[in-house]
Amino acid sequence: MVFLSKISVWIIPALLLLIPLWAYIKKVPVYDVFAEGAMEGVKTAVRIFPYIVTMLIAIAIFRDGGGLVYFSKLLSPVTELLGVPVQVAPLALVRPLSGSASLGMTAELLQTYGPDSFIGRMASVMQGSTDTTFYILTVYFGSQGIKKFRHAALVGIIADCAAFLAAVILCHFFFA
Amino acid sequence: MIHFIWVFLIVIGIVIAAVNGNVEVVTQAAMQAATQGVSLTLELAAILALWMGLLHLAERSGLIQALANRIRPLLHFLFPGLPKKSSAFGPMGMNIAANLLGLGNAATPCGLKTMAELQKINAKKDTASSAMITFLVLNTSSLTLLPATIIALRISTGSLNAGEIIMPAFLASLFGLTVGLLADAFLRKRRQA
Repeated sequence: MVFLSKISVWIIPALLLLIPLWAYIKKVPVYDVFAEGAMEGVKTAVRIFPYIVTMLIAIAIFRDGGGLVYFSKLLSPVTELLGVPVQVAPLALVRPLSGSASLGMTAELLQTYGPDSFIGRMASVMQGSTDTTFYILTVYFGSQGIKKFRHAALVGIIADCAAFLAAVILCHFFFA
Repeated sequence: MIHFIWVFLIVIGIVIAAVNGNVEVVTQAAMQAATQGVSLTLELAAILALWMGLLHLAERSGLIQALANRIRPLLHFLFPGLPKKSSAFGPMGMNIAANLLGLGNAATPCGLKTMAELQKINAKKDTASSAMITFLVLNTSSLTLLPATIIALRISTGSLNAGEIIMPAFLASLFGLTVGLLADAFLRKRRQA
């Protein structure tokens, strides 16, 4: 574990060291090229900015208006059947929608129940096994002005459901 | 689809708030979210500027090409519709490599670059191409060997074995990815027919 956290600590400094150094050795005009890339990055952020705001507003209204609580209650027969602790169920709903919201929920669960409790472990696995599907769809398609997603959202939901189911089963298997 | 989800979220949120008699929550939530969107974008602009700068160097010095070459055979298999020389494979390989290392911040710029390359050869500019959808399945399933954020979170909350979730999380996302790719292949064929 110490080894793994050492790796994650070193990854970014290592990239920051090796890529510019390698580029310099390869006689790339590093200063100008880096700045060009940075400009591209800023332009990208500006392009996806309205989509981020638009999506965040809808999610916030749904969550704070109380939609999330009802949704979880509605799903409670299903969660009991699957063996998901009811405290973790809202996470499964938020995970595809918002990275920051689900990370906040996971942090809250880990603090309340402890990271090594069954709830804490399942929350960790769920958070780690899928990504914010709708955010990625919005940002990636939004950056190219694509409005017709075809079956992309459906496939994303199917994959998320499969990953969640697998996460639940694997947690019972690994941590029973 | 996205239009429906968006309107659905707003309508349900407001209706439930109104029924519960605390509709004023909605105003606050909407304003806060918009503000959050601005600060999030600023943060994103900073991170994107840093990574895009670095990526530009990696690209110009031939690093991306070298990395992409390693992953390319697998990508050719997953994207039979793309010409083997397609310029989309470069950033795509980098995107997947970054995701595998848990570098979400590095993966996003490469992913956006991939989308731009795929858009160049897309016949209908407002409609997602099949290659784009397959690419997004690869991204949304977040197959990662090192879920760095969640491990950091576990350490900070006092876990005795923060890394124990790596294996189940990897297997779960591998399963999600497999199911996603199968569903994509199935739906793509059905809709073409």
